[in-house]
Amino acid sequence: MKNDIPKVLKIAEVRDENPTVKTYVFRGCDLGAKPGQFVNLWMPRVDEKPFSVSYCDKDEFWLTIAAVGDFTRKLRDEFSVGDKLGVRGPYGKGYTIPEGKKIALLAGGYGAAPLYFVAQEAVKKGCTVEFIVGARNKDLLLYLDRIDQAEGMNLYIATDDGSSGEQGYNTQILERLIGDVDIVMTCGPEIMMKAAMDICEKAGKPIEVSIERYMKCGSGVCGNCCVDGLGVPVCTKGPVMLGSEARKIKGLAEFHRDNVGFKVVW
Amino acid sequence: MNTSIDFCGAKFPNPTVLASGILGVIGDSLKNVAEIGAGGVTSKSVWLERHEGHKNPTMMGSEHFYINAVGLPDGGIDKAREELGKYLEWKNSQPEGKRVPLIGNIVAGTIADFENIAGQMAEIGPDIIEVNISCPNVEDEFGRPFACVTADAAEVTRIVKSVSKNIPVAIKLSPNVANIGEIAAACEKQGADAITAVNTFGPGMVIDIDTAEPILANKVGGVSGPGIKPLAVKRVWDVAQAVSIPVIGMGGVLTGRDVIEFMMAGASLVGIGAGVFYRGSEIFSDVMLEVEEWMKENGVKDLSEVIGKAVK
Repeated sequence: MKNDIPKVLKIAEVRDENPTVKTYVFRGCDLGAKPGQFVNLWMPRVDEKPFSVSYCDKDEFWLTIAAVGDFTRKLRDEFSVGDKLGVRGPYGKGYTIPEGKKIALLAGGYGAAPLYFVAQEAVKKGCTVEFIVGARNKDLLLYLDRIDQAEGMNLYIATDDGSSGEQGYNTQILERLIGDVDIVMTCGPEIMMKAAMDICEKAGKPIEVSIERYMKCGSGVCGNCCVDGLGVPVCTKGPVMLGSEARKIKGLAEFHRDNVGFKVVW
Repeated sequence: MNTSIDFCGAKFPNPTVLASGILGVIGDSLKNVAEIGAGGVTSKSVWLERHEGHKNPTMMGSEHFYINAVGLPDGGIDKAREELGKYLEWKNSQPEGKRVPLIGNIVAGTIADFENIAGQMAEIGPDIIEVNISCPNVEDEFGRPFACVTADAAEVTRIVKSVSKNIPVAIKLSPNVANIGEIAAACEKQGADAITAVNTFGPGMVIDIDTAEPILANKVGGVSGPGIKPLAVKRVWDVAQAVSIPVIGMGGVLTGRDVIEFMMAGASLVGIGAGVFYRGSEIFSDVMLEVEEWMKENGVKDLSEVIGKAVK
């Protein structure tokens, strides 16, 4: 039966990924999350926010979190090994990982974290992974060493300022590789994912995207993450969906909605 | 077999209604629920101005109960005009019999604001205006709900009716009173066209014992879900006997049998809210399959026959 009450866990380990991003490891919990799914992280007396899972097995799971808002800065400044946080989930639909295919992963900024989880599972299933990362500059990239050293993964880097990899957008790398891959999976800014959808449509290749909206319940109840056009809550009908489905979202890469449902331009 | 219900001049294809506060943030979401198979859809509670609501966690559920303190977040009446307008435009483009009525839910902190918001909601033109005077989660802001004091409930009804033009008005009552029948009757006397019963119970609280902290950011929240169903059925029973206007019954409805039970207690329409947590938004079509199966087994040709059947 359904139980959606937060389970309190201690932080087992904290790893620095880059100047703004840390990975929080929780152990002794079989979360059962698939790549692309997310959890709600509860900080008692403060707030609760959704975060995608960056790794999960029977004994542990990771949340890779950038300190960019009130909640995440408090997490960075005040929480360390042994401190307690509440977790509930996993929520939503994850990526569909095929067997023995050539996959291109397109990560914008922090999107590399959940896609690294995809890459690991895909390699286990005999896939080869072209892992394309992109960010404004090198300080915002993450997981580079892990990807570079992993079996079955090839790393490609693009930065807006050319401080790492080639200068420009990561989608230009996807454009070069698209002919040689079977499927694309992407996570990052919506404008980047939309561009990737266009590249895939032109090449006749399927793509899965991860749609981020202001989420509260994670259970398809509160309606705050419902998208225009489709009318469905992406916390349960997404966040990962086929590009062909995501195309039906009105205002894709143009606007999202805030905590009371007001339109906000991306 | 006929499952449609005539309610305050509107034809509902079936008695299930999306309860206020669930999936009602944008027009396309209401449309999606109508397409799935709800007989009616209710907007979130609409305020005059933007209203923030509470911090998270705002809701959670277990096997037995759902608890929430979302705090009525809303973008205000101007946003509602756009989103509900979009829904109504779609609804009116549908063939007759497939038009799923819209219930426009309103909320305010003062009698004067209720007059203002009701007038503006009437201009939007939903099939019914539902007046939320019973939310237990904004007491810190506005004090005891109007629905807990007979004279207050009656006064809100009077003022809303004075500006609602020809649109029927349903007053949504709180179960957290000793005299819900008396309050319903007072609303009827002031011109209420229907009663919605009931809002959530409580407030209640859930404490995490590993941190010794209440989990809801608001600490307390309204309780709904399967555990409160018998309490809600009794409130609907009490209201149905106290008034002659029709009732929208709700509280812990998960199955087709639950729908029939509320109707037998006196409800003409039956709201589903927390049920979406337990069975997904497909609950509306699933529940109606169960209702139709029950009708077949029991030789019921017209669902409206069961309304009030248990009220002797």
